[in-house]
Amino acid sequence: MNFRLLLATARRVLTQLSHDPRTVTMLVAVPSLLMIMLRYVFDSAAFFDHIAPALLGFFPFLMMFLITSITMLRERTSGTLERLLTTPMGKLDLLGGYGLAFSVIAALQVVLAVLISLALGLSVAGSIAWLLIVALLNALLGLAFGLLASAFARSEFQAVQFMPVVVLPQLLLCGLFHPRAEMATVLRWASDVMPLSYAVDALQRATAASSLSGTYWRDVLIVLGCALAGLGLAAATLRRRTD
Amino acid sequence: MVNCSAAAAVGLRVVRGHNEVLHEVSFDIPSGGVTGLLGPSGSGKTTLLRCILGVQKITAGTINVLGRPAGSPALRSQVGYASQSASVYDDLTVAENLRYFAAALRAPASDVDRVIDAVDLDDYRSRLTGRLSGGQRSRVSLAVAMLGNPKLLVLDEPTVGLDPVLREELWELFHQLASDGVTLLVSSHVMEEAERCDALLLLRDGRMLAYDSPSALMQRTGTGTMDEAFLHLVRAA
Repeated sequence: MNFRLLLATARRVLTQLSHDPRTVTMLVAVPSLLMIMLRYVFDSAAFFDHIAPALLGFFPFLMMFLITSITMLRERTSGTLERLLTTPMGKLDLLGGYGLAFSVIAALQVVLAVLISLALGLSVAGSIAWLLIVALLNALLGLAFGLLASAFARSEFQAVQFMPVVVLPQLLLCGLFHPRAEMATVLRWASDVMPLSYAVDALQRATAASSLSGTYWRDVLIVLGCALAGLGLAAATLRRRTD
Repeated sequence: MVNCSAAAAVGLRVVRGHNEVLHEVSFDIPSGGVTGLLGPSGSGKTTLLRCILGVQKITAGTINVLGRPAGSPALRSQVGYASQSASVYDDLTVAENLRYFAAALRAPASDVDRVIDAVDLDDYRSRLTGRLSGGQRSRVSLAVAMLGNPKLLVLDEPTVGLDPVLREELWELFHQLASDGVTLLVSSHVMEEAERCDALLLLRDGRMLAYDSPSALMQRTGTGTMDEAFLHLVRAA
C-alpha cells in the first residue's frame, strides 16, 4: 500500500464529486431532512428516541452502499479500473482512496444528522462520540458491501437492484421494527448473521445508557470486522487479469 | 540481448467461453519503430493487445514484453496503454484526469502539460472530459498513455473517428515518439494506415496472416496496395 497513491485517489474521487454539487448536497442533507420528517410523522419524543439512533446508523449504510456500488461499477465498465490496474496503483490504494473520500462525505452527513436529531430532542445518555463511531463504521460497512455488490452487477440497473436484496432485509431484521429476541427462530438466525443488527444494537446502547457495556464494544468489533472482511473480499474481486 | 524484443509471443492461445479468440499466435516485435496490428474488426486485435498488457487470461503459450513476462509489476510504469474506448473519467476535466493518472504512474507533475501539448488539447484542459467530442476524448486517453515516458506504447485504434487532419497529426506524433526511441504498437482496421507503419502484423479470425514490413508484404504478394496484399494473403491462407 502506498499512502501517496491512496491520497491521490481520494482527491480524485472528491474532485469528481465537486463537479456534481447536486449529488453532494443530497448526500449530506437528505438523511437530516428525513430525520426531521420522522420526528413529526410520529410526533412523539419517546418514539423518536426509539428509532432515531437506529436510523442514524442506517442512513450512512444505505447511502454509502448506493454510491459505492454505482461508482465502482462505472469504474469497471468505463475501462478506467483496467487502466489503473496496468499502472503501479495497488488495489488497496484504490479501495483505500475510495474509503477515505467517501468517509469524508459520510462524516459530514452523519455529523449534520446527529446535530439535527439532537436539536429535535433526541436524548443521548452517554457520549455523542459513541454514536458517531458506530454511524461512521456503518458508512464503512455500506462501502464494503457496495464494492462487493458492484462485482456482481453488470449494469447500473442491476447495481441498484442489489439495494433491496442486501440492504432491506437487514433493515427489517435489525430490531428496529420488532425486537430481535421475539422473532421467529429462522428470522432470528438470519438477524444474527446480519451486521446491521449489531450496529443498531450498539447505537441503542450508546443512547440509552450513560456508561458503555462490553456488549457495545463487542457490537463495534463485529461491525468493524464485517466491514474489513467485505473490503478484503472486494479487493479479491478486482482482478488484474480478466477474460 | 534481452532488451532487443519489445514483445514476443510463442504459441499464444486465448479461449473465451467456447470461442478460441487467438490460435497459436507467435511473433517477435523488435524494439523501436511503429508496428501496426491490422485486421478486420473481430479478428482478435484487442485481445492480442490485452495479452501484451498482461490483463488478458491466457489459455496457452507465453508472452514476454521488454524481456519480462507480460503483466510483470516492473512493466507497469514502462508500458503505456490507450484502450479503444477512451478510459478516462468523464466527470473530471482534462487536466484533472491527467494529474490523477500521472500520480498513479508516479510521473512528474510537469508531464501533464507536456502530454496535453502533444495531443493538442491546450484549449480544452479545463473542460470536463465528458463534454468533449469523441475524437477529443480519445486524445485525452492517448495523452494518459504517454505519461511518464513509457518504453512501449500500446494503442488500440487511436485514430478511429478522427478527421483526416487530426489523423495526420497523430501519425506525425507517433513517428516523432518512435524517433525518440519509443516502441509503438498501433492497431487499426483501416488498411490505409498500414503504409504508415514500419512493420505490420496482420490478423484474421484470431490467426496471424503475416508479420513483415508493408513494402515487403506488397512485394511478396505482387500487389500494389495493402488492401490487395491482405486479400491475397487471406486467399492463400
